[in-house]
Amino acid sequence: MAEIIQDEKQKGGKRKAKKHPPHIDMTPMVDLMCLLIVFFMLTTAFSKAKVMEIVLPEKLTDPNAEPPKISASRTLNIILGPENKIYWYPGSVKPEEYTNLPPVQEIDFSATGIRQMLLERNRSLFKKINDFNEQVITGKIVISQDSVQRSIAQLKKVDDTGPIVLIKAYKEANYGNFVDILDEMNICGIARYTFVDIAWYEEKMVETAAGIAPTTTSSAK
Amino acid sequence: MPKIKLPTKSPTIDMTPMVDLFSVILIFLMLTTTFRAQEPAPVDTPYSISETPTDDANIMTLVLSNDDRVFLNFDNGPDTLLKYRPKILTAMGERYGIQFTEGELRAFEKYPSSMGVPIGQMKDFLAVKDAKGKSAFQTGIPMDSTDNQLALWILFARQINPNISANIKGDSKTGFPTVKKVMDILQDRNVNRFNLITSLEAAKINIEEIQQ
Repeated sequence: MAEIIQDEKQKGGKRKAKKHPPHIDMTPMVDLMCLLIVFFMLTTAFSKAKVMEIVLPEKLTDPNAEPPKISASRTLNIILGPENKIYWYPGSVKPEEYTNLPPVQEIDFSATGIRQMLLERNRSLFKKINDFNEQVITGKIVISQDSVQRSIAQLKKVDDTGPIVLIKAYKEANYGNFVDILDEMNICGIARYTFVDIAWYEEKMVETAAGIAPTTTSSAK
Repeated sequence: MPKIKLPTKSPTIDMTPMVDLFSVILIFLMLTTTFRAQEPAPVDTPYSISETPTDDANIMTLVLSNDDRVFLNFDNGPDTLLKYRPKILTAMGERYGIQFTEGELRAFEKYPSSMGVPIGQMKDFLAVKDAKGKSAFQTGIPMDSTDNQLALWILFARQINPNISANIKGDSKTGFPTVKKVMDILQDRNVNRFNLITSLEAAKINIEEIQQ
């Protein structure tokens, strides 16, 4: 006790607080932040969904109006069939052929199947687009990204050698097939393609080719 | 011999730089985040080579699940003050003679996911709080010719937000008749241009093989 009193006397009654840097334990804060970061990382959708644009032909409201005529020699009909199969035939079916329908050819969704078939028919346009892209990549042509798209669209517009593809879907096809075939059109650089309703005789042709018992549909005339 | 005693001190690590770094990452994530919307049904989108991203606003998304249910989602517009969602619901309610309360409209505005509820059950759907109870109502929007609610939703959405564009998000296994029906409904409303939501996939073409 005596010591303490002496001590007080020496310091003149004033006590100096020891100068220590205040030390805060950051560990719980780090733990919490870790949790929050993990939570945000898992819930964030970093990559946005991608979209593929499709333009369908306008519906004919006037029953007397006729659909636009296209040349049969360039027409290629692609029918999406059941079980991820594709059937195709060139040209069109004339009314006098209804009793004796032309055969359809079966093909599959692969690089050697539909893609090769389309590329063979679309070779000149595909080569043009490909050459153009190569020149842009190697820097022989210097243009902005927007102009690249526009130039390709222009190349497609003036092309008159590639096929005109009519895509049709049999009722047992699925949405994946539909997107796949539109994707093939983009990959192969097909200039003119559209999606149209399947005709009754085409349903029959698919049924014959796939060996399905013919079904009577409402579209049958 | 006297041993030299080293002072045993517990090592302390200075956490401050770590906290700084974490703060930066956290703030970055909080600002950039767009929450992944939970779809009412699992949708496995097909793959394509398309690289165009979706728009931020002015979109309505038609979700087609593989069990042929159709769900619809649309946004509030580029500015949340526009309140397109409650406006569309009000218009839809008026058409069916259903009066929605302020609270129900707010619940609909805040509902983040696609909805596939017949309009007659919308009040019950909005009253339910938990997600499990809500999913019981998600039977898909009716779109048969006698009661084509999907067509009306699209009509009102386009009336209230003229800039809206349609996106279709379908499961790859969705049957084609459903897809066709949805596209027909869109085309009947003069929507001929729409987007299909796909996942990105690279395509390889062997040029030499083709050129021969």
